[in-house]
Amino acid sequence: MKPSRIWAWLALAVGALYFALPLIGTIEFSLRMRRGVYSFDAYRAVLSDPQFRATFSFSVFMALMTIVLGVLVIAPTAYWVRLKLPRWRPIVEFITLLPLVVPPIVLVFGYIRLYNTSSWLPLTGTAGGTNLLLLAGYTVLALPYMYRAVDTGLRTIDVATLTEAAQSLGAGWITIMARIILPNIMVAILSGAFLTFAIVIGEFVLAALLNRPAFGPYLQVLGANRAYEPAALAVITFAITWACMGLIQLVTRLQKHTQVPR
Amino acid sequence: MAFLDITRLEKFYGTTHVVKDFNLAVEKGEFISFLGPSGCGKTTTLRMVAGFETPSSGSIRIDGRDVVNLRPNQRNIGMVFQAYALFPNLTVAQNIGFGLKVAGRPRAEIDERVREMLGIIHLPELGGRFPFQLSGGQQQRVALARALAIRPKLLLLDEPLSALDAKIRVSLRQEIRAIQKKLGITTIYVTHDQEEALSMSDRIVVMNAGVAEQVGDPFTIYNRPATRFVAGFVGTLNALDAIVTDPATGSITLDGQPIRLNRPIDAAAGASIGLALRPETLALGPRPETDGSLRGTVRDVQFLGSVLRVRVALDGQVVALDSFNTAALRPPAVGDAVEVSFATADVLVSDG
Repeated sequence: MKPSRIWAWLALAVGALYFALPLIGTIEFSLRMRRGVYSFDAYRAVLSDPQFRATFSFSVFMALMTIVLGVLVIAPTAYWVRLKLPRWRPIVEFITLLPLVVPPIVLVFGYIRLYNTSSWLPLTGTAGGTNLLLLAGYTVLALPYMYRAVDTGLRTIDVATLTEAAQSLGAGWITIMARIILPNIMVAILSGAFLTFAIVIGEFVLAALLNRPAFGPYLQVLGANRAYEPAALAVITFAITWACMGLIQLVTRLQKHTQVPR
Repeated sequence: MAFLDITRLEKFYGTTHVVKDFNLAVEKGEFISFLGPSGCGKTTTLRMVAGFETPSSGSIRIDGRDVVNLRPNQRNIGMVFQAYALFPNLTVAQNIGFGLKVAGRPRAEIDERVREMLGIIHLPELGGRFPFQLSGGQQQRVALARALAIRPKLLLLDEPLSALDAKIRVSLRQEIRAIQKKLGITTIYVTHDQEEALSMSDRIVVMNAGVAEQVGDPFTIYNRPATRFVAGFVGTLNALDAIVTDPATGSITLDGQPIRLNRPIDAAAGASIGLALRPETLALGPRPETDGSLRGTVRDVQFLGSVLRVRVALDGQVVALDSFNTAALRPPAVGDAVEVSFATADVLVSDG
């Protein structure tokens, strides 16, 4: 073997170890709740904890709502910018990048100041209103990823001509969006949705400061008070993430019209 | 009143005047081509008829109704695009049925129409395929079927064959014309390919720099071009300069050789005029039935398959002529002294 090959393999091995070791360690540790033997006690404890189920399903629900709201807001916007306002693209792209520049803590303090109980729109006064704020915040956090995913999807189709073809066949904007544009960028939307899901499930700052029973704050509380359960939770979260990835791959495969011609 | 009436149509992009005072009356069932180089305003005019561009002024009436203020989806116009524009997520049958589905037609009617359309485009077996599984020619035929399925008042085709290879282009243009005649649908066809326009159209609108230079049937456009642009754009042309010797009898000299056109010329004696001659109106060697001739030497011979294009040098100017390639006849050699004969009636005269 040539020396350059050896170095390449070495670099790969170091990289793999860097990612795999903490994961292996976490899995190993999560199995050691019972003295002397490996067991799934920690997992059992986590899964049977009603708090886990409540916070996790709350976060999953919020994630799904965020995806729906994000798609409804971002897909038509990105479509319209591509179709009618191509000169505005740099500006819109800059706006979508803002959530990466403005820390979530600033965002949530802004929300609390603007929508507190003594403001003209006292959203923080009720649980429903606060959930709405949380949803809005999550959508903002997901904006950079969702916009880019959707925009990349739009780049792969001839938006202008497909729109004109549909128009000449009598279709209005909603029909064009629902039957032509969205189905053709579904894979891109799904990859954006997956990122959004991952962000919302693990999000801590917004949920904690708005005092909502989300998964992020629960992880933090558990991590501060227990030894083995947080490791088990981390492994579970990884498993969910990978399952999501697998699902996206599956959906992409199952979509007939995206198959590569043979 | 004509079926499609375009009057005083103007279009500005900012200060650029892209369509200038465009007028056209199209009868029901006519096949009209807009022919011109890119940027001549032909596609813009078509898009104004379709509703994708708004005219700066002027009116477009279809079947007596002014459509300028109607949105594209209210005009009932079928459109075929250069890029096919089939919906990638729908099957061939779903693509063809899309317009009817949007219109809320019953399922049975849609299925029936889709079957009929697949028959018309000779692809009855491909209803279940997706667009990516079709060749370019098949995709464009499906796009045509999709545009026709809604029974539009007007069919617009925007350079539909430009993305296809030469053989399919020829067969598909015959097919489009046959379908158009069969259905009797009023059609506007935009192209930069003169051969397409000449072979398919009832009438051709030759456009240049936003102006319709000439409207006429293919025979007139080719043989009696109204302007120098039309003469140059449609077909190949020998453009030659000559000096007038006697305007009354049409006597001129071309590189020192006298020609008598036997018709008066609108220029003073001694003035320079432009002559135009199509290569196929010139013949090699003397011909008893023609009344004009020039002498020169063969500059080069191009072999174009069925046709030989011979370029003959006069005293400074060069004329190209086409003669059929027959195996029995030896092509002229470079440097041969030859005589070129033509009918003076075929000489087009333009000033300057």
